[in-house]
Amino acid sequence: MAGEAQTATGYIQHHLQNMAYGKLPAGYTRADGTVLSEPTWTLAHSSQEAADMGFWALHLDTLGWSIGLGLLFCFLFASAAKKATPGVPGGFQSFVELVTDFIDKLVKETFPHRNSMVAPMALTIFVWVFLMNLMDLIPVDWLPMVAAKASGNDHLFFKVVPTTDPNATLGMALAVFALMIFFSVREKGLVGFIKELTLHPFHTGKWYFDILLIPFNFLLEAVSLIAKPISLGLRLFGNLYAGEMIFILIAIVFGVGVLGFIGAGLMHMGWAIFHVLVITLQAFVFMVLTTVYMAMAHHRDEEHEHDQ
Amino acid sequence: MNINLTLIGQSITFLFFVWFCWKFVWPPLLGVMKEREQKIATGLAEAERAGKDLELAQRKAAEQLKEAKEQAAEIIDGANKRANQIIDEAKQAALAEGDRLKAAAKAEIEQEVNRAKEQLRARVAELSVAGAEKILSVNIDAKAHDDLIEKLAAEL
Repeated sequence: MAGEAQTATGYIQHHLQNMAYGKLPAGYTRADGTVLSEPTWTLAHSSQEAADMGFWALHLDTLGWSIGLGLLFCFLFASAAKKATPGVPGGFQSFVELVTDFIDKLVKETFPHRNSMVAPMALTIFVWVFLMNLMDLIPVDWLPMVAAKASGNDHLFFKVVPTTDPNATLGMALAVFALMIFFSVREKGLVGFIKELTLHPFHTGKWYFDILLIPFNFLLEAVSLIAKPISLGLRLFGNLYAGEMIFILIAIVFGVGVLGFIGAGLMHMGWAIFHVLVITLQAFVFMVLTTVYMAMAHHRDEEHEHDQ
Repeated sequence: MNINLTLIGQSITFLFFVWFCWKFVWPPLLGVMKEREQKIATGLAEAERAGKDLELAQRKAAEQLKEAKEQAAEIIDGANKRANQIIDEAKQAALAEGDRLKAAAKAEIEQEVNRAKEQLRARVAELSVAGAEKILSVNIDAKAHDDLIEKLAAEL
C-alpha cells in the first residue's frame, strides 16, 4: 500500500484515481493547503484537484499505458509480419497467424461488405484491448508502488489498467462512432443517412403521414444510434472497473492477519483465473460489436445490397 | 473518473493504431498466409499427380518386364531350336561323312579285290599255260594260243 497509515477507503480511492495532468487556476488551494499565485499546469494531488481541472486535463497513466501497449502490439505484429515467410512458420509467426486468421474468418462472417479496414481494425481492437485488460491481472499494488518509488512521490496516482478509465473505453467507442457515421454517409450518402434516421422504423409510403412520423422516428433512431457507442464503451469499462475493484478489495484483506492473508491469496487466485476469461471475453465482445456496427453502417435497406 | 481530454487522446490513439495495423500489419500477414495456402494447394496437387505418375510408371514397368520375359523366352526357344538344328546338322554331316568314308573304303576294297583278281587271273593264265604245256608236253606257241589263253583267263 502506498503511503502511511491508510484507511481502507483512502486506499480504494487512491487506487481509483488516475494520474491527471491539468491546469489549476490562480488562487486555487492545493490539497496540501498551499495557495497557487498563478495558473499552473501540474499533476493532481487529490481527486478533488483532478475534478477541478475540468475537461482540459490528461490522464497520463491511461494514455501512457494504452499507447505503450498499442505500440507493443504494433511492434510485435509488424515485426512478425515483416519476417513472415510463406514457408514453415516459426513459433511466434504461427501465433500471430492464428490470431489473424481467427479474426479474418470472424469478420468475413459478420461483415459481408467490401472494406479492407474493418478486419485490421478488429485485429487491433482485439489484441490491444486484450493487452490493456491483461494489466488487470498484475497485482494491483505492484506497478503503482514501483512508480511511487521511482518518482519519489508516495501519493502518486497510478492506474495501470487503461480500460478501467471511462475516458479510454469511451474514447475508443467515440472513434468507432465516428467511423460508423463516416461509413454510413459514404455508403448511403448524406441524404440516405438522414432518411435512415427519419423514415425508419415507421414508414407508411404516403408522404403526408411520413412527415408526421419524422420526429418520432428521429427520436427512436437517434437514441438507438447514440446508445451504440455508449453501451460499447461502458460495457468494457464496467466489466473491467468491477473486476479491478474486486482485486482492490481482496488486496485489502491481505493485511488482515495470517488467516486474511491465506484467504485473500486464495480469493485473489480464484478471481484472477476467472478474470482471465472476463478480459478475453470483453476484448472479444468489443471487437465483435465494432464489426457489427460497421456492418450496420454499410448495410443498405434498398434492394441493391449485394451488387456493390 | 472524470471525463476529460483523455477521451479525445484515446480516440486519436485508437485511430492511429487501427491505421497502422491496416497499412503495415494486415496486408503482409494476409499475403503470406494466402501464399502459403496456394503453396500447399499446389503441393497437394503435385503430390497427387506424382502418385498417379508413379502408378503409371509401375504399370509401364510391369508391362515392360512381361515383354522382356516373353522376349527372353522366345530367344531361349530360338536358341534351343537352333541348337537342336545344329546337332541335327552335325549328325547328318557325320552320317554323310561316315557314308562317304564307307563308300571310299568299299571302293578301295573292290579295287584291291579287282587287282587281286587281275593278278590271280594273270597267275592262273600262266599256271594254266604251264599246266597245259606240261599236260601236252608240247610247247605251245604262246603266240598262237594267245586267244585261247585269254579266253581261259577271262573265264576265271
